[in-house]
Amino acid sequence: MQITQAQTAQSPWRFDHYFVPLVIFLGLLAAIVEAARSPDPRMIMQAWTFGACMAAFGAWYMKTYVGRTPADEKNFYADAVIKAGVIASTFWGVAGMLVGVIIALQLCFPHFLYFPDLPWTNFGRMRPLHTSAVVFAFGGNVLITTSFYAVQRTSRARLFGGSLPWFVMWGYNIFIVMAGTGYLEGISQSREYAEPEWYADIWLTLVWVCYLLTFLGTLWKRKEPHIYVANWFYLAFIVTIAVLHIVNNLAMPVSFLETKSYSLFSGVQDALTQWWYGHNAVGFFLTAGFLGIVYYFIPKQAERPVYSYRLSIIHFWSLIFIYIWAGPHHLLYTALPEWAQTLGMTFSVILWMPSWGGMINGLMTLSGAWDKLRTDPVLRMLVVSVAFYGMATFEGPVMSVKAVNALSHYTNWTIGHVHSGALGWVGYISFGALYCLVPWLWKKKLYSNALVEWHFWISTIGIVLYITSMWVAGIMQGLMWRAYNEFGFLEYAFSEVVLAMHPYYIIRAIGGLLYLTGTLIMAFNLWKTATSGQPAAAAQPVLAAEAA
Amino acid sequence: MAKREVDEVSGTETTGHEWDGIKELDTPMPKWWLGLFYACIVWAIGYWVVYPAWPTLSGYTHGMLNHSQRDDVTANVAALKSARSVKEAALRDASLADIQRNPELQQFAMAAGKTLFGDNCAPCHGAGGQGARTYPNLNDDVWLWGGKLSDIQHTITVGIRSTSPDTRQSQMPAFGHDGMLKPAEIGDLAEYVVHLSGRPANAKAVRRATKLFADNCAMCHGADGKGNRSMGAPNLTDNEWLYGPNREDIADQITNGHGGEMPTWGGRLSPEEIKALAVYVHNLGGGE
Repeated sequence: MQITQAQTAQSPWRFDHYFVPLVIFLGLLAAIVEAARSPDPRMIMQAWTFGACMAAFGAWYMKTYVGRTPADEKNFYADAVIKAGVIASTFWGVAGMLVGVIIALQLCFPHFLYFPDLPWTNFGRMRPLHTSAVVFAFGGNVLITTSFYAVQRTSRARLFGGSLPWFVMWGYNIFIVMAGTGYLEGISQSREYAEPEWYADIWLTLVWVCYLLTFLGTLWKRKEPHIYVANWFYLAFIVTIAVLHIVNNLAMPVSFLETKSYSLFSGVQDALTQWWYGHNAVGFFLTAGFLGIVYYFIPKQAERPVYSYRLSIIHFWSLIFIYIWAGPHHLLYTALPEWAQTLGMTFSVILWMPSWGGMINGLMTLSGAWDKLRTDPVLRMLVVSVAFYGMATFEGPVMSVKAVNALSHYTNWTIGHVHSGALGWVGYISFGALYCLVPWLWKKKLYSNALVEWHFWISTIGIVLYITSMWVAGIMQGLMWRAYNEFGFLEYAFSEVVLAMHPYYIIRAIGGLLYLTGTLIMAFNLWKTATSGQPAAAAQPVLAAEAA
Repeated sequence: MAKREVDEVSGTETTGHEWDGIKELDTPMPKWWLGLFYACIVWAIGYWVVYPAWPTLSGYTHGMLNHSQRDDVTANVAALKSARSVKEAALRDASLADIQRNPELQQFAMAAGKTLFGDNCAPCHGAGGQGARTYPNLNDDVWLWGGKLSDIQHTITVGIRSTSPDTRQSQMPAFGHDGMLKPAEIGDLAEYVVHLSGRPANAKAVRRATKLFADNCAMCHGADGKGNRSMGAPNLTDNEWLYGPNREDIADQITNGHGGEMPTWGGRLSPEEIKALAVYVHNLGGGE
């Protein structure tokens, strides 16, 4: 374990030793200028927040890097940053799901934790807090963390860039803090899943380019002749998200001292750009990236070879080629030209099999190891995740068909669909990866398999309650909206439909609460594993690399 | 260096590569998977041939059907309009009394009124017209401005304290807030109003308030407190309360003189729609 990466650590000149402090310095400077000169009180708040984050990062950097070489740099693999990522992922998971439960209860009982004197307790501000916290804070940290782990092991190379991965980890989480506090202060671009304003977007762009550099640099240094399939998916995710993020957020700030900006797009072009972004946030962030987790963690935990190399090639290329076209299915029956709607719909249907290719490869990797599903709840979580992936990626193309969408659009069915993907697929694959990573990184046995069983069953019941209630509510809502009486008048008023949703909203909130409970059990289990677990018999993933 | 080996479980060869202990089998793609993939592509191409699909330099491919969603919407709206047109015309020409006498027309007005009520009135008056605190109940026979069909039609058209120049207007003075009455007097008056509604009250306070009521309240609410619909002054003897039944509620109302607003619907709904709404509200239970 303690073998040489010494040439890196002792080299006289390192790019990151100048780059990271320079960014921290410039960040602090920008924060001070904004705080001192801005006429916008919300910008001043954001500047103080950013300044505090930069100061914390700077203090950590000085303590860790100035005049010394951190112990982690003497190890073959950079694992300290991954440990930090595991902690961040777990924290944001709990936080994001907690906000989800609160806003689900606000939909049942509008005054739940809502205080008119505290505008940040309003549903309108908490909803983007929930979506960004679970997608970008939880999901994003899981992706960065697992990609850092998998790319090193499958390339047999230390992460590129010295302290650059640390900059990515700090920088990304500082972006999360800026975005989340911004929403609560009422700062928003009003672009779904791209709410943060221009200054946070610029910061994320810088962080993301460094992420790409770290990933590419590590692949460049690899000691394996081929690039493993998990890394194709991670790379597709990183590159595409960079393109989506930059294009969709093109905007002109009112002033560099104020939070508000105006998009470069308008009208239906604006809508199409937004949903080209929005759908590929699903396709490349929540799908391609997490398929990277499937391809590393499932074969690893099942100790079986990947089912089909050929399938992985074909479904990878077809998935990334076809996904990018599917965005217009969010705008069926709108001002979007019909031909664009057709393309969005047909490409969504073509996407069905490329999506299922990943499911087949994930599930069939279990052949010869199916019995482990009984004994290994972590593996079961990973595999059930892939099953949910299959279900959601069948439901998606169905909902993209115009005739179905005419019923499902704007209803709770969409919410149910998103959450069968989010809770079942993204959530479970992330939990499975975290349950693998903590024992591997801290070199401990998992504290309790029984608690994983509890987590699995409690959250599975939660998911089932969530998605079935939203199916029923959504289809009922769609049917009630379109019901006409014999005189040609609408049968139900909007308020009657809202009233009819109430029991299903309560069931949904209970489902969400169960899911959150499962996540809290996981957080406890991971905490106990890291702090008081038994030492593992063999530190398996590391040994393989060293031996080679 | 690629060292292909045979996996014992499946009998399939690996590709010979290995990453961190992970190997890959060289299993062919499942035939059903490939078949469905091709089938989806063929279906999509077929759809492109039939429907508008691809942009061109000067427009887009219209497809064999030359389909247009806009035409569909226009046709649907026209069909709905024509389906309603006969009865709508009848509604326009009929007087309110005619509508009440003609069951078929009344049924049509009720159906139209229900939809209109749900989308325009229910947010304040409740989905069933049951009202809420500060929003009048429309199911009972208590009417501030009259419960005849023509009264209801007029109220809907002009609103109450609305932006319409013809709006119904009434103003309960804020006796306490504006210093016209002292707190002790308001307390006595509240007791008097409780007494008016037939509930037990402090007799001394009621005696003290008798003159106060005659001087300050009777002008609108009447000497007997039974109200005056032409001024929108509520009946104080029926034990129905818009701003609450308790002494504190009544004292608060005398002190601050709350008054709600109802929008004018004259410019937003057509005369036929307002007719239908009037019939619907009239038939909720309390129509006169």
